[in-house]
Amino acid sequence: MSEITELPTPPAAGQALDAAVSSAPERTRRPARSVPWGSVALTLLGVVVSGVGVAALRDGNGWLQLAVVVAGLVLAYVGGGQLLRRRFGAGFDLAAWLCTTWLVLLLFAALLAPVLPLGEHQDIAGSLDAPILAAPDLLSPYPLGTNNFGLDLLSRVIHGARASLVVSLGAVLIGTVVGAALGIVSGFFRKTTDVVIGIFTNSLLAVPPLVLLIALATVLEPSLGNIALALSLLALPSVIRMARASTLTFVQREFVLAARAMGASRMRLMVRELLPNVLLPLASYGMVMISVLIVAEASLSFLGLGIQPPNPSWGNMIAEGEGNTFEEHPHIVLVPGVVLFLTVFSLNLLGEKARKRFDPRQAKL
Amino acid sequence: MSSSSALLGKRSATEPGSPVLVVEDLRTRIHTPRGDLQAVDGISFSLGRGETLGIVGESGSGKSVLGRTIMGLYTDGPVTTVTGRVTIAGKDVHALSAKELRSLWGADVGMVFQDPMTALNPVKKAGVHLTESLRRHRGMNRSQARARAEELLNLVGIPEPRRRLDQYPHELSGGMRQRVVIAMALANEPALLIADEPTTALDVTVQKQILDLLARLQGELGMAMVLISHNLGVVAGRADRVAVMYAGRVIEMADAATLFEAPHHPYTEALLAAIPRLHQPPHVRLEAIDGAPPNMIAPPVGCRFAPRCRYAQDDCSQVLPVLDPAAVDGVATPGHSFACHHPVNGGRH
Amino acid sequence: MAGSGTLHLRPEGDQILSVEELVVEFPAGGHTVHAVSGISFDVLDGETLGILGESGCGKSSAGRAVMQLPPPTSGSVRLGEDELTGLNDQAVRKRRARMQMIFQDPVSSLNPRRKVKDLVAEGPRIWGTEVTREQIESVLSAVGLEPAAVWDRRPHELSGGQCQRICIARALMLDPRVLICDEPVSSLDVSVQAQILNLLEETKKRYGLSMVFIAHDLAVVKNISDRIMVMYLGKVCEVLPAGRLADRALHPYTRLLLESVPEATPAGGSPDTGTQRFTGELPSPLNPPSGCRFRTRCPLATEECTTIEPQLREVGDGHYLACHNSGPGAAVA
Repeated sequence: MSEITELPTPPAAGQALDAAVSSAPERTRRPARSVPWGSVALTLLGVVVSGVGVAALRDGNGWLQLAVVVAGLVLAYVGGGQLLRRRFGAGFDLAAWLCTTWLVLLLFAALLAPVLPLGEHQDIAGSLDAPILAAPDLLSPYPLGTNNFGLDLLSRVIHGARASLVVSLGAVLIGTVVGAALGIVSGFFRKTTDVVIGIFTNSLLAVPPLVLLIALATVLEPSLGNIALALSLLALPSVIRMARASTLTFVQREFVLAARAMGASRMRLMVRELLPNVLLPLASYGMVMISVLIVAEASLSFLGLGIQPPNPSWGNMIAEGEGNTFEEHPHIVLVPGVVLFLTVFSLNLLGEKARKRFDPRQAKL
Repeated sequence: MSSSSALLGKRSATEPGSPVLVVEDLRTRIHTPRGDLQAVDGISFSLGRGETLGIVGESGSGKSVLGRTIMGLYTDGPVTTVTGRVTIAGKDVHALSAKELRSLWGADVGMVFQDPMTALNPVKKAGVHLTESLRRHRGMNRSQARARAEELLNLVGIPEPRRRLDQYPHELSGGMRQRVVIAMALANEPALLIADEPTTALDVTVQKQILDLLARLQGELGMAMVLISHNLGVVAGRADRVAVMYAGRVIEMADAATLFEAPHHPYTEALLAAIPRLHQPPHVRLEAIDGAPPNMIAPPVGCRFAPRCRYAQDDCSQVLPVLDPAAVDGVATPGHSFACHHPVNGGRH
Repeated sequence: MAGSGTLHLRPEGDQILSVEELVVEFPAGGHTVHAVSGISFDVLDGETLGILGESGCGKSSAGRAVMQLPPPTSGSVRLGEDELTGLNDQAVRKRRARMQMIFQDPVSSLNPRRKVKDLVAEGPRIWGTEVTREQIESVLSAVGLEPAAVWDRRPHELSGGQCQRICIARALMLDPRVLICDEPVSSLDVSVQAQILNLLEETKKRYGLSMVFIAHDLAVVKNISDRIMVMYLGKVCEVLPAGRLADRALHPYTRLLLESVPEATPAGGSPDTGTQRFTGELPSPLNPPSGCRFRTRCPLATEECTTIEPQLREVGDGHYLACHNSGPGAAVA
């Protein structure tokens, strides 16, 4: 045995010790030693720098202001991360917490959009007195600026989140429910059922998604529900395949056989024994899928096939930057673009974290 | 066997008489998200040429971690903390660089694992597993390596070795695969072979064939062997000395006959009593050991076996017994040592 | 050996389980795997039958075919008065509930997403019976678990031994008459194995069960069984009272098994007892040898073994053997 690559790596050996580990108590918190002045200073510096960026550089170059604010935030992130790790132990993941915060804020803002004191988001008549194409300035009445009709971008981004989130969540929900059902049925019955569902899945995969969406968009009314339905077709094939694959592994486990021996019907086996096990990996995959579908919805709207202006969605907001507008007023594209980026990034990061956490292979440690 | 006599040439590297493997106060700590796990807790022994040490213990006793730490698969780093010293053929394993370690594995020590399927790469033919290492470590050319690989397969008792060289692992039976793994471990005539549960995945008839094979090869090549198993029976007929592990520590060590005849540690005694015997009549009630092994992140103070021990007294839960030589009726019994305050079968320190 | 025959079946009487001419075959890539090729056995009320054999001998397939999971290719399985084969799904489901199964991997046989209290109550719930907390607690205590300590736990939080106890508790909830144990202790440590074997014996007495105990470990099977059936490649070699296994077994395959067992005794596992006489490996169940299936590895094999399949014949009190060349009255002694 001379090949290092052919030897099982040490962590694998740790599995033998799982029994000993599994009953271990929670790790005790280390008492804080001296105050970490370096980290405190770094955090404060970061906060001050971004504050200065927002407040003091209002009249200067927008790019300079942006750069200063971002630099301040990075400093605060590094310093704050050190502080929090010290307080809550090395396992503390600041990025995950920030992502969660962002998603929660976004969700609440979207839910409460009608009652929040926001500017006008779609009625052009209501924004006649507003400046058009105003640059973002957090301390002004239009914190993220306005578009070429004088509509408030903050308000539009939040109202747009409603459309984007409803469509993508709806699509993922439909995709997961239908996909899980088809996948479990296919993996459980095998034979003809499996072949038929397999052909269906493969034909969905064979059509380029954009072509499929465009075809659907021409047939269906561009309502939120219909768009969600169309997008769910994108999620469907991979969900079916995942559900089928995990059904195939779980159906061989003895607990399914044991339930059968106790007299469980096929329906009960699928719903009570298989579904809870199959759903878990699907749920974490769903997080990632939401982000893909937000982007897909944005592309549809960008092509003019999704949410119709002046109703805002992140996609058609980005589309407003067509032509020269983007060069002269980059914030028109940057504001919805950054929000889209942060949301997709957060969903991906959390989805990945959830997948790792619930992965049965790592469940024990 | 002509091939085996050829194998005997290289032994001069280790002087006769000096031990092949020396383990001194070895401790392995594995860092887990729930805390540090003391998997191996202060183990010392040495092993000479041609000698076999059997290590038995239940799952979680640290026997596999011990084997891997001896190999240098667990090193002192961010995942594990290793203290103490392992010397194989005069080389301090944990002082070696990654490159030196690889050549140690190639030349001085071989390892056989429980599951031969995971030790073999499913997309490589049996022959390739052997020739690759021969060509890399011994600078053989293609045809030399192939001839030698055939010789090795013949040595481990595989019929039609030439045909087997071109077969993939899945085309071989479990016993054949384990023979290929053994051939790989022996390719460079190691001074030490570590066999970690080599027969656990195999049927009882095949198990016997593999154990016989290991014993024969050890005799022919003069290797030292560490045979790790959960099965006391596997170790019984094959090891010169047997070490019983419990919760990361060796609690008793003796030659096999003494250990099975008159164990001094209550755990060894209980373990032997828990095994159903072929010569007992049916429906004999077995002496089960109540309770479960301790949590190795926060092991009990004192003797680790005390909470399950029927002879435990107050001092057992306060003072950790150390492995000391044994004596019966004031007469020292050489080679037998145990770690217990209240030994059984007349044992004294 | 590796023969067939029904001579060892006992006259109609106290049989709780009767299996006749059980055949299990399944397709594998265009070929047919002959997993079980016509075995018969019966289990009396309160008796434990041990089925002994190495991997690939068809002992697990036989156990599952008895449970109709999946139903056998042919043959008859009677549980008490009820014939189980040839029935529709619904009828089988109901009757088979009086027969429960314990599997090799206790962790895998429990749904990882469910808590102990729900796992144990699963059986009655399938049949629409709600169980009281007291019922669950009493069955948990009966299998040696502290109900309060495991109540809300999930399988991965428990040790293998604890999981196996829960599997036994779950089976008991359906008030079975027969327990089919498929290698129930082979994934457990020695000390836990003894606990579970003792528990199975106690449970059997307490609940008046009969058992079919399938395993590869000779000493374990001997310890728990009244009668032992040795299988090789889908056929029966020898049926004998458990007490005769160690020194009165006659079949060359049983002898081979006995000689291969490493025993933890001062004398050691006695290497080199002449097992070199036995050569070769298990033939493929896709294309089993003609005549006696063990003949390719048997030191006693003769021309007759190639052509004529040996039938079980009585060679002692309750001892049956399927071999031309061993035992009293053998053609070649």
